[in-house]
Amino acid sequence: MNRLSLSQAFIYLLRRDLTLAFRNRAEFANPLLFFILVITLFPLAIGAIPELLARIAPGIIWVAALLAAMLSLDSIFRSDFDDGSLEQLLMSAHPMPLLVLAKVTAHWLVTGLPLLMVSPVLAEMLGMPQEAQGMLMLTILIGTPILSLIGSIGVALTVGLPKGGILLSLLILPLYVPILIFASSAIEGAAGGLDVSAQIYMLLAFLFLAISLSPVAAAAALKMSMS
Amino acid sequence: MSDTALLQINNLTCIRDDRVLFEHLNLSLAAGQMLLVEGHNGCGKTSLLRILTGLKLPDEGEILWQGETIDQLAADYYEQVNYVGHHDGVKRELTCLENLRLVQAMGKPSGVDLDDALEQVNLYRYGDTLMGSLSAGQKRRLALSRLIVTEAKLWIMDEPFTSLDKSSMASFETMFEHHLDQQGLIVMTSHHDVEMVNADIQRLNLSQ
Repeated sequence: MNRLSLSQAFIYLLRRDLTLAFRNRAEFANPLLFFILVITLFPLAIGAIPELLARIAPGIIWVAALLAAMLSLDSIFRSDFDDGSLEQLLMSAHPMPLLVLAKVTAHWLVTGLPLLMVSPVLAEMLGMPQEAQGMLMLTILIGTPILSLIGSIGVALTVGLPKGGILLSLLILPLYVPILIFASSAIEGAAGGLDVSAQIYMLLAFLFLAISLSPVAAAAALKMSMS
Repeated sequence: MSDTALLQINNLTCIRDDRVLFEHLNLSLAAGQMLLVEGHNGCGKTSLLRILTGLKLPDEGEILWQGETIDQLAADYYEQVNYVGHHDGVKRELTCLENLRLVQAMGKPSGVDLDDALEQVNLYRYGDTLMGSLSAGQKRRLALSRLIVTEAKLWIMDEPFTSLDKSSMASFETMFEHHLDQQGLIVMTSHHDVEMVNADIQRLNLSQ
């Protein structure tokens, strides 16, 4: 029998990771719960000042999304590293960057996509103007895959270290900042009725750069973490 | 049996934390031969095996497969290698069959039916059981069944007999002998006495 084609292998690993996530629901619900909790706590702490909340809503939602993404990053490779599955993936006859991309896609589907789906409700709760809500959804749709992709490089570098958590935050957070800036600037611009295509193109450029480069970098980093 | 060496170890040195585990190691292995790596704990058996799999880089020297270094061959080498490491490399949250399907998807599947493979490792009725609820020995048997469901010439095994009972050990030894008869190669470490009388075994003791 022949080995699977690249796309079949990609889909196979993606499905495996989704199955694993489904069977570990509690673990993957954690970042989403964190996202919702952080955002609902803001109005309680700041007080019922609708204008203020509506003004800072994009920032709150994006910072919460960024932290929730960081919280979930470790799960991309951790369990595979611990039980030896990662060794087997590295020794697979398929190219490792492709397998990394499959794992990151699965990670985004279980952690990024839920954030996208609950964000309109949270935006409404904070009283964000209608025209900004669409832009919020768009930036989260483009932005969260970038968070997962860049994060995968950091996790790949730190997965072999016994206490890699702090190092991971230090490595990854600076790389997340540009996305935060462009995303919140796009939402603010849209709320003020400005043309924000520049910010969106910039985010899209980040996304395509991350899709094409980060799996290669993460695969190389995993190889280093293994030896 | 052909005398040409398929796997060659040239001048291999491995250093860990300023300790030389082994140096200037030279070895060659032909089709149908087995290399049994021996030595006390911490003498570098696992390191040697991981260098052979390409997961770890040697401090000096090179590994040749059919005359080419394994770095150059990369995927072409991995297609011919099956590795069973310290860790079983199976997911607790997946069933036995799901695990085996994944193994096949990532490697080069042999024509063997998955149910037959499970029967061979004495896990026939456990196809739909989650790995997490199996015993350590059963997990090990499933890990070893990757040797059956994928096709590879070189088997590299790190303590394959850990937590196995006597009868399973005997049946795996038969399987290994069969692989050697089919011109396969085996590199393994084992603390258990290997009772494969008909096999062409090279022993390498790293403690000396």
